[in-house]
Amino acid sequence: MSLTEKDKAAVKALWAKISKASDAIGADALARMLVVYPQTKTYFSHWPDMSPGSAPVAKHGRVVMGGVALAVAKIDDLTSGLLSLSELHAFQLRVDPANFKILAHCIQVVISSMFPKDFTPEAHVALDKFLSNLALALSEKYR
Amino acid sequence: MVEWTEQERTIITTIFSNLDYEDVGPKALARCLIVYPWTQRYFASFGNLYNAEAIKTNPNIAAHGTKVLHGLDRAVKNLDNIKATYAELSVLHSEKLHVDPDNFKLLADCLTIVIAAKLGSAFTPETQAAFQKFLAVVVSALGRQYH
Repeated sequence: MSLTEKDKAAVKALWAKISKASDAIGADALARMLVVYPQTKTYFSHWPDMSPGSAPVAKHGRVVMGGVALAVAKIDDLTSGLLSLSELHAFQLRVDPANFKILAHCIQVVISSMFPKDFTPEAHVALDKFLSNLALALSEKYR
Repeated sequence: MVEWTEQERTIITTIFSNLDYEDVGPKALARCLIVYPWTQRYFASFGNLYNAEAIKTNPNIAAHGTKVLHGLDRAVKNLDNIKATYAELSVLHSEKLHVDPDNFKLLADCLTIVIAAKLGSAFTPETQAAFQKFLAVVVSALGRQYH
């Protein structure tokens, strides 16, 4: 289910509206993921505090959304654009790729709650495809 | 047996008692058909589903969305016995409607997104957790009688 030109335009249009809030989106999405899907906490046992609003969660949410911003910029070739991030996730972080879907869902829930008028079904389908392709590019180096 | 905390019960019953069924139901179903277009396979007789606009304004889809959402009422009233409550509905979806049970999760995700849009910041992580737990139990019960 690769991205059409229409999808890319829709993603860029949505990103233009929401990118100013990307730190808040990242923090909320990550916090939500840790609460709604407790199994994801296993990746963050080294954090002193995993609760919503905590410093490590906010900081890491920012990092993750930085990756999403990069992906938007590299939307025409996600595989090469996200190559070093894929190597990071494959060889060092070794996050099970099933979790990418979980975080993608949480990101979309947050965007829907913060931008209900902009997150139309049309924007939703484009973003869902984009995040799936992002996840695929991120898992590229896994095996 | 699913265990529910008092807090989870309150969250779930509150969401449903404040729900605008005629708004949320149609929106959730339309979103599902737009975001996951393969789900349109079950609605061939519903008229024009040609594009997002057509889906969003299709009165048959709207009516069906409301119906499906009201279908959740019995689960809300029988939180401790959702599996038995939905045994018949599960048979219906399997034997008569022939719905792939993977689709239940897709609709559940779209419903979550629509509720998040409605509640905004009130859709806290705890609220989302309780709501998704409820939907997961419903989805599981609906797929239970497939063989």
